[in-house]
Amino acid sequence: MTDVLTPVLTDDWDAAQSWKLATYESRGGYGALKKALGMNQDDIITAVKDSGLRGRGGAGFPTGMKWSFIPQDNPKPKYLVVNADESEPGTCKDIPLMMATPHTLVEGVAISSYAIRANKAFIYIRGEVLHVIRRVQAAVAEAYEAGHLGKNIHGSGYDLDIVVHAGAGAYICGEETALLEGLEGRRGQPRLRPPFPAVAGLYASPTVINNVESIASVPSIIAHGAEWFASMGTEKSKGYGIFSLSGHVANPCQYEAPLGITLRKLIELAGGIRAGHELKFWTPGGSSTPLLTADHLDIPLDFEGVSGAGSMLGTRALQIFDETTCVVRAVLRWTEFYKHESCGKCTPCREGTWWLTQTLTRLEKGQGTPGDLDLLLDQCENILGRSFCALGDGATSPISSSIQYFREEYLAHLEHGGCPFDPLASTAFAIEGANA
Amino acid sequence: MTAELVKTNQVTVTIDGIQVSVPADTLVIRAAEEIGVQIPRFCDHPLLAPAGACRQCLVDIPDAGNGRGFPKPQASCTLPVAEGMVVNTQATSPVADKAQQGVMEFLLINHPLDCPVCDKGGECPLQNQAMSNGQGESRFAESGGVKRVFPKPINLAPQVLLDRERCIVCQRCTRFADEIAGDPFIALVERGAQQQIGIAEGVEFLSYFSGNTIQICPVGALTSAAYRFRSRPFDLVSSASIADHDACGSAIRVDHRRGKVMRRMAGDDRDVNEEWITDKDRFAFVSTRLDDRLTHPQVRDTETGELRAASWPEAFAVAARGLAAAKKKVGLLPGGRLTAEDAYAWSKFARVTVRTNNIDFRARPLGADHGAEEAAFLASTVVLGAPGAGAVTYADLETASAVLLAGLEPEDEAGTIFLRLRKANRATGARVFAISAVGTRGLAKVDGTLLPTVPGAEAAALAAVASNSDVALDSHSVILVGERLAVVPGALAAAVELARSTGARLAWVPRRAGDRGAVETGCLPTLLPGGRPVADAMARVDLAEAWGVDAVTGKDGLSGSQILDALRDGDLNALVVGGVDPADVLPSGGVDKKLRKALKKAFVISLEVRSSEFTELADVVFPVAPASDKAGTFINWEGRVRSFPKVLDHPSSLPDVRVLAGIAEERGRSIGVRTPEQAWAEIVKVGPWSGERAGFEAPASAAAPQPAAGQLVLASWKQLLDDGRGQDGDEHLRASVRPPVALVSAGTLTSLGLTAGDEVELAGPLGRLRLPVAVGEVAEGVVWAPASAPGASVRHQVGPAGSAVTLVGGTK
Repeated sequence: MTDVLTPVLTDDWDAAQSWKLATYESRGGYGALKKALGMNQDDIITAVKDSGLRGRGGAGFPTGMKWSFIPQDNPKPKYLVVNADESEPGTCKDIPLMMATPHTLVEGVAISSYAIRANKAFIYIRGEVLHVIRRVQAAVAEAYEAGHLGKNIHGSGYDLDIVVHAGAGAYICGEETALLEGLEGRRGQPRLRPPFPAVAGLYASPTVINNVESIASVPSIIAHGAEWFASMGTEKSKGYGIFSLSGHVANPCQYEAPLGITLRKLIELAGGIRAGHELKFWTPGGSSTPLLTADHLDIPLDFEGVSGAGSMLGTRALQIFDETTCVVRAVLRWTEFYKHESCGKCTPCREGTWWLTQTLTRLEKGQGTPGDLDLLLDQCENILGRSFCALGDGATSPISSSIQYFREEYLAHLEHGGCPFDPLASTAFAIEGANA
Repeated sequence: MTAELVKTNQVTVTIDGIQVSVPADTLVIRAAEEIGVQIPRFCDHPLLAPAGACRQCLVDIPDAGNGRGFPKPQASCTLPVAEGMVVNTQATSPVADKAQQGVMEFLLINHPLDCPVCDKGGECPLQNQAMSNGQGESRFAESGGVKRVFPKPINLAPQVLLDRERCIVCQRCTRFADEIAGDPFIALVERGAQQQIGIAEGVEFLSYFSGNTIQICPVGALTSAAYRFRSRPFDLVSSASIADHDACGSAIRVDHRRGKVMRRMAGDDRDVNEEWITDKDRFAFVSTRLDDRLTHPQVRDTETGELRAASWPEAFAVAARGLAAAKKKVGLLPGGRLTAEDAYAWSKFARVTVRTNNIDFRARPLGADHGAEEAAFLASTVVLGAPGAGAVTYADLETASAVLLAGLEPEDEAGTIFLRLRKANRATGARVFAISAVGTRGLAKVDGTLLPTVPGAEAAALAAVASNSDVALDSHSVILVGERLAVVPGALAAAVELARSTGARLAWVPRRAGDRGAVETGCLPTLLPGGRPVADAMARVDLAEAWGVDAVTGKDGLSGSQILDALRDGDLNALVVGGVDPADVLPSGGVDKKLRKALKKAFVISLEVRSSEFTELADVVFPVAPASDKAGTFINWEGRVRSFPKVLDHPSSLPDVRVLAGIAEERGRSIGVRTPEQAWAEIVKVGPWSGERAGFEAPASAAAPQPAAGQLVLASWKQLLDDGRGQDGDEHLRASVRPPVALVSAGTLTSLGLTAGDEVELAGPLGRLRLPVAVGEVAEGVVWAPASAPGASVRHQVGPAGSAVTLVGGTK
C-alpha cells in the first residue's frame, strides 16, 4: 500500500526532533546547498526548469520559468519571497512542513536565492501560527550559526540574509502582490499588474515569490537531479506533492505522493471514509476550487486531470465530506469566510460576497425561492473574472459547483422549510447511528 | 521629422468596430472617449494613477493586439492600448454590458437610497451611471437583502464630512490626498464591506486642498460642511470665474442661487490649475454677505461729524469737492484685490483726475527703500511678460530641470504653483530649492532642498547659488521670487543677476489676485499703464496722446508706505483708499494714534466692500462690488489674462471703475470709461509700451542686519489660511487653520534651554506673544512664526519678518 507514496519533504517528519539542524544534517541536509554553491546559477535555474516543478501554491506556474523572468541586468537588488501565508480553508501542508522540518525550507531558500542572485530573502508566515513562526525563526538562527546563511556561505563568496516576517491575519495577503504590500508595511491589498513582481515587486525591485512547498522541493531536485524529480508524476505535472486529507476519512493526514494519484487511492491510504458512511463531495485543492463528487474518485490528481474535471488542483487540500454533510451549509460557511476575508478593494468581491452570504443564508433557512439559485449563479457570473484578484473568483467556486452537483439539495431546503440535515451527524463527535 | 515621430507614437485600435489612432500608452477608457463612447467609471480619474478598483469600466477585448483575446473582461481604466487591439465596450458587447450591469448592481446593494436628500443627487456619477448602465429594479431589495449601515456623518476635516454608507471606496480621495496634495491623512481602514475611508485617531485630514476630494467624490460620500443640505444642483446656476484669493488665476465655477453664492468648485483648466483649487479658493466666499457689507454710499455729515447715508450723486460731489480742495496733495492706495479694469481706472484717475503719481497697490511691508527696488524690478523685468511672450508658465514649471524659490512658500502663497511643482517632482524628479529660513512641510512635499537663509540674507544667498553646483541652474530652470523679497535690499537685484548669469528664467509671484494687473495698469508711482515708465517723457507723451489729455505728470510719486508717512506728517491732504486692509499696511495692527489724527484731518475717500477701519475714518465711503458682482480680469503671476463675467447682480454696489468715473466726472476731469468693458477696451487700445523699458540698476546691497547676542531673527509670512478678512464667515474653513507655533531648529531649542511643546514668549519691536514652541528644519538663529494666525498675529503683536526678537521659555 505504501509503495505509492514518495516521502521526500515529509521523509523526516517522524525523526526525533526533526526540526533541529543536527537531525536535518544527519540525514544529508544542506548537502544540496553545498552542491548548488558549486554550480553555475543559470544551471540551477535550468535544473529546476528541467525538473518540471510547478508552483505548489495552487496556480501551478512553472517555478524555473518564474525564476528566469528575473531581469538580471536590472541594477536593483533581487529578492526571494516565500509565501508561507497558508490560509486557504482546508489547506494544511506548508504549516506542518515548517513545523516539522523547517530546514528543508531554509535550505531551499538558500539555493533558490543563490540561483536568482538574491542576497535577501523573506519568509512571510501567516501571523496566527506563532509556533511555526518560532520554529522557522529558530531554524534560520541555527542555519546562520552553522554558516548556511549570512556572509560568504561556505566560502562561496555568496551572501544571504533571511527575514522571517509574521503576517497580521489576512487571507488576502496570500495573494502575492498583497503579500508584498504587507511586507512593505502597507495595507494588504493586491497591486495592479503590470508591473509584475518579477520586474518590480518588493520595494519595486525584481522579486520571485514562491510557495513554501515549491521552495522546499528545490533541494531534492539539486541533490537528486532534475530527471529524478521528473520521473515522478504525470506528463505535465511532474514530481511529488503533499496531499492533505481532512474531513470524513478514518485517518486525516498528509500523504506525499507523485502528482496524478487518485482520490480513491488516497482515501484507501487514509483508511477509507469514516465507518458507515460514504463520500458525498470533496474539494481537490481547498475551498476556492470547485468541489467534486464521488464520480470523480478516479481522476488523476494533477493539474490537467483536475482541470479536466472542471476544477483545479490548487493546494491539494482534499476536504472530504460524507453524506451527513449539508452542502448548502458547507458552502455558506465558506462564503462567510470569503465575505470576512474580502479585502474590500474591488466591487465584485466586496459587495458580491456580502450579497451571496445573505442569499445563501436565506436558502439554508428554507426562506428563499427556486429563483434564488439562478440569482446565485448570476451573482457568481458577475464576480468570476470581474474582480481585481483571484479571491473573488475563489469565492464563487463552491457555490456554482455545488449548485451544479447538488441543485436538488438546495431545493430540498425550500421544500423542507429549512435544512433537512441533522447538523450534529456530520461532526467528529457524532455517535454512530444516533440521532442527535 | 517631428511629424514622423508623432506618427510612430500613435497606436491604432478598433473600438466597437471603429478604428481610432491614439498616442501609445493611452488607456482604453480614454481611447474610447475619442470615438464618443463613454465607458462608465468611478475610480478612474485622468489626473490620478490608475487603480482598477471599482471594476465598473470592464470591456471585452477579443484581440489584445497579438491575435489573442483576454478570456475575461478587462478594466479599461488600467489597460493601455496596443497596436491592433480590438475592444468591444458595452455598446457592442453583451459580455461587457453584462459585466458593467453586474458591477453596478453590486455597487448599489450597500448604497443607501437617500438620493433625495443627498447633496450629490442630481450631479452624481453613481446616480447617472446607474441610470445609463444599470437596471431599474433591485434584485437585492427584492430578495430581502440587508444593507450595511454606519453612523453618519463623520468629520474627516472641519470642512469635509464623510457619510460612510454612501462611499463606494473608489479611493479617488485617498489617491488625491496621497498623489496630488501630498497629505495622505486619509486612508482605507477595515476590510470587506466594512472597508471605509478613515483618519488616524486625532489626526484630521488637514490639507489646504481637502475640498478637492469633495468635488472628485463620484458619490455623495464626501460633502462640504458649509454646503451640506443647502441646495440642489439643479437649482444652481453655474458661472465660470477666476479665483480671487491669490495670484494663481485658478479657474473656478461659482454655483449660485437667487443672488447668493452657494459654493465654489474647481474649474477645469489644464494650462493653469488643472482641476484643483485650494480650500481658500473653494470655501472663502461668504465674507461679502456678512452684516458689515456696505450697501450704500456714505458721507460725513458736516454738522454731526458722523457718517450718514448719501445718494450716489451726492457722494460723488462731496468726493470731488474734497479732492479739488486737496489740490495734488493726494495719495491713492488701491490695494491688491482689483481687477485689471478697476486698477486701470485707479491708475488713470490718479494721473488724469488727481494729476499725481502718488499711487501704490502694494499694501504690505515695503522695506527701508519704500519698495523702490521692487518697483524698479517690476518695471524692468516683470511688466508686459505673458505666456507666449517669453514669460514663465505653469507648463514651464512642469518641465523645468530645477526650480529655485526665494521669498516664496508656494503651499501657503500660491497653492496652484505648489501642486504643479509637486507634479513635476513626481513625474520627472525635477528638483526644487528654497532660499528660506524654514524647510516647510510644503517644501518636503515637493522633495525640495532648503538652502537655509537667515531673513535679510536672501541677496547673498541668491548670489551664492550661482556657484552652487548642486543647484546647477540652467536655461531649463526657473527662479520664482515672491513679494516678500521687497523688504530685503538687493535681493531682487541678486535674483535678476542670477537669472542673467545662469540663463534661468525668472518670474515674480505676488500674493493677491489683483497685484499683477495693478502692475500692468500702472498702479505704481513709477509706472504708467502698459509698462510705460513715468520717468520716460516719450512714454508720458504717448500715454497723454492715447488719453487725449494735455500731459501726464512726470513728477515723482510716493509709494504706499511713503503715502502713509506723508499723511502722518501732514504733507498730504487727501487719501483715496481701496481694497486695503488697514491691518496690512499699518504696522501696529490698526491705525495708530498719530495716523488716526492725520486721517481725521485729511480728506479720505474709501472704496470698500465691507466696513473697515478706513471706512470708519473716511469722509466719503463708496460701496464697491466684490469680484462676484462685476465682470473683470485678473492677470495671474504668469501674466496670463483671466477674464470672468459678472456672477451676481447686486445693484447696491458698483465696480471701482464706475465709482472713480463718477468722482472724476464731478471733478470735471473724466477718466473716459465707466464700465469694466470700456476699461478693458481702452487697456487694449492704449496697449503696451513699445519704447525702451525702464532699466534696473542694482542698488547698493546692504549687509544683512545682525541680531544682538541672545536675539533671534524673525522669519514670518502669512499662511494660506489666516486672519484675512476674505475668509470671514466660514467657521469650518477657519477651523482648519494650522495652529500657530514658534518654530526653531533643534540646536536653537537646546541653546535656549527649551523643550518642544513649551509655551514661550516671542518678543519683538511691537510687543510680545505667547506661542507653543516646536522644532523644525529652521536656519540657526532664526525663529519662524505665522504672520497672521487668527488670534496670534505676529505681524501686529511682535513685528515684521526680519525683526530681531527674543524667545523666552515659559510653562508647558
